[in-house]
Amino acid sequence: MSDTDRRALEDLTRRDYPYGFETPVEEDRIPPGLDEDVLRRLSAKKGEPGWLLQWRLEAYRRWRTMPEPRWARVSYPPIDYQALSYYAAPRMNPRPRSLDEVDPEILRTYDRLGVPLAERGILSGVAVDAVFDSVSVATTFKEQLRRRGILFCSFSEAVREYPDLVRRWLGTVVPPGDNFFAALNSAVFSDGSFCYVPRGVRCPMELSTYFRINARDTGQFERTLIVAEEGASVSYLEGCTAPRRDENQLHAAVVELVALEEATIKYSTVQNWYPGDREGRGGIFNFVTKRGLCRGARSRIIWTQVETGSAITWKYPGCILQGEGSSGEFYSVAVTNHRQQADTGTKMIHLGRDTRSTIVSKGISAGRGQNTYRGLVLVAPGAANARSYAQCDSLLLGDECGAHTFPHLDVRNPTARVEHEASTSRIGPDQLFYCRQRGLSNEDAVQLIVNGFCRRVFRELPMEFAVEAQKLLSVSLEGSVG
Amino acid sequence: MLEIRNLHADAGGKPVLKGLHLRVRAGEVHALMGPNGSGKSTLAHVLAGRDGVTVTTGEVLYDGRDLLPMSPEERARAGIFLGFQYPVEIPGVGNSYFLKSSLNALRRHRGLPELDAQEFLQILREKARLLRMDESLLGRPVNEGFSGGEKKRNEILQMAVLEPRLAILDETDSGLDIDALRVVADGINHLRSNDRSFLLITHFPRLLEHVTPDQVHVLSDGRLVRSGGLELARELEQKGYSWIEGGAGGSP
Repeated sequence: MSDTDRRALEDLTRRDYPYGFETPVEEDRIPPGLDEDVLRRLSAKKGEPGWLLQWRLEAYRRWRTMPEPRWARVSYPPIDYQALSYYAAPRMNPRPRSLDEVDPEILRTYDRLGVPLAERGILSGVAVDAVFDSVSVATTFKEQLRRRGILFCSFSEAVREYPDLVRRWLGTVVPPGDNFFAALNSAVFSDGSFCYVPRGVRCPMELSTYFRINARDTGQFERTLIVAEEGASVSYLEGCTAPRRDENQLHAAVVELVALEEATIKYSTVQNWYPGDREGRGGIFNFVTKRGLCRGARSRIIWTQVETGSAITWKYPGCILQGEGSSGEFYSVAVTNHRQQADTGTKMIHLGRDTRSTIVSKGISAGRGQNTYRGLVLVAPGAANARSYAQCDSLLLGDECGAHTFPHLDVRNPTARVEHEASTSRIGPDQLFYCRQRGLSNEDAVQLIVNGFCRRVFRELPMEFAVEAQKLLSVSLEGSVG
Repeated sequence: MLEIRNLHADAGGKPVLKGLHLRVRAGEVHALMGPNGSGKSTLAHVLAGRDGVTVTTGEVLYDGRDLLPMSPEERARAGIFLGFQYPVEIPGVGNSYFLKSSLNALRRHRGLPELDAQEFLQILREKARLLRMDESLLGRPVNEGFSGGEKKRNEILQMAVLEPRLAILDETDSGLDIDALRVVADGINHLRSNDRSFLLITHFPRLLEHVTPDQVHVLSDGRLVRSGGLELARELEQKGYSWIEGGAGGSP
């Protein structure tokens, strides 16, 4: 085979994951291994205060006593936590003041990914925090937001600049010992985003974080904390990609949201980590804990996720509905193609009176993908008049894939009303033929039908990202139907 | 426009069409009648390229081109439209969005610029008014929750927007009340032109009172056994198919 042929072949096989490139930057990293000493070095590198190091160490000690969960419907080889490097950061000016001080190689990376770091251009209405491996490399629109009292920065910067806020809220929604992966994250988290919206302020633009894993043999462990004070509102979006590699890489993140009285937080995810190849080689193991606390009366948290990437997805963004009349919503599209496995869903914990939850989950399985919805709706004795509605639909493409649904309903108040609907369907030959008879190609027909299936969820995404999500879906399902 | 020569085809592994000849010239309207199981829908499926129907012998020429190797979408792009006997539901996909994607796929193929949402909506509204279709149907998902009559009218709307050269309507008239039937007939009449042909597959002569066909054919056991004008349809209405089948079989 000639070089040109080989390149053409590579291009072809790579086409289905366009973000699989690697950025050649020199990285500063802590060698593989995990012990208390590594945590001390990590904390020192970041110049953290003593309380945070203590917090990490306690989480680490907790983690060491915890078994890795095995209840999810996913299978993967044992992860050697001592073989991973827990810190990798581009060697650069550690605290760039402006984009001019960011390594141009990294700026080019975000450019290729279509993430706007310049404060103008098409998506100029979106503020971005760009996290590259273990560190945040740039945050845009910080100053404009600051003028309205909105704090939006990397987690490390928040620890330095707003330690009281971080200390007040960190771990209040996802405590360090919550679960195995949350404990690991609490010990080793390196960066992430922080957002604080003060009382009565509606954030004037979309906030977003773009997570990029670049370095080899590392894990990414970011932590995001968003606090909306009384009457505040914010819409936040995260996107994720990683290079194409044959080894698996671990991503274990924690996201905590706090909504006080009448506050609204809308958190949208477009997760497109490298999914592995057709045979299941490589890909990101995505073990994530996301939870929102509706602490104040009539507060509202909306999770929307489009999960197309990762070899394994394990995440259950949930809401603790503590405030009276508060509401939690979860809208999800999860796609598994080739050998991907997803076990995802939500937890809605109704504690307050008159609380509401809405769950809309759309699972799409293709190739040999395995897709599981796992959800908990718990109505506590005090949650009089709680209402919950769940709809879980699965769509199968092909006959080697699987869809599974495990809804858990635990209702302890007689005035609650809890509904759960579920369906499983296939793209029928009748539907395909109907579309093709109207002139659409087979691929376009599949895309149209799948987008229709997901419409209820896409409607919840911010406009620009809804379009992105549709494109992403078509790329993920490329070649999945004969 | 369409020439079918000695067509034999199997559906579900059984021979259904057994030597069918048919010639439809540009601008003509042909009605194809016949009892259940005589092969009417199988013929429609052969012409549209549906899986599960296998042509064993014979040929089909469309504008002089061999139709059979073409994929369903290629045939659609070449101007063949099938009005479905059972229109399919596509949940979550807006009716007008679907039709716009479809029209733009055809336009792309013909080297015409795609229409944007506004241009398309203008065309769609005009056609919907012509067919007296409720505009609320345009925004709903394709055929989802439509009544039987609404689904059939929606097929006619699609035909009106896509402006095919050969329209095959597979029992579009069955299950319609008299008002809906008139709408369907008006739609067909409106589209009749010198360069557009129709193949109307129907059980009942009712539709043919509103759409005067150039020719009426009777299909029985996979072959055309009679051809004639409107009077043939009227005769069928009086005497039933047994008259034809009996005649074809040679015993009373």
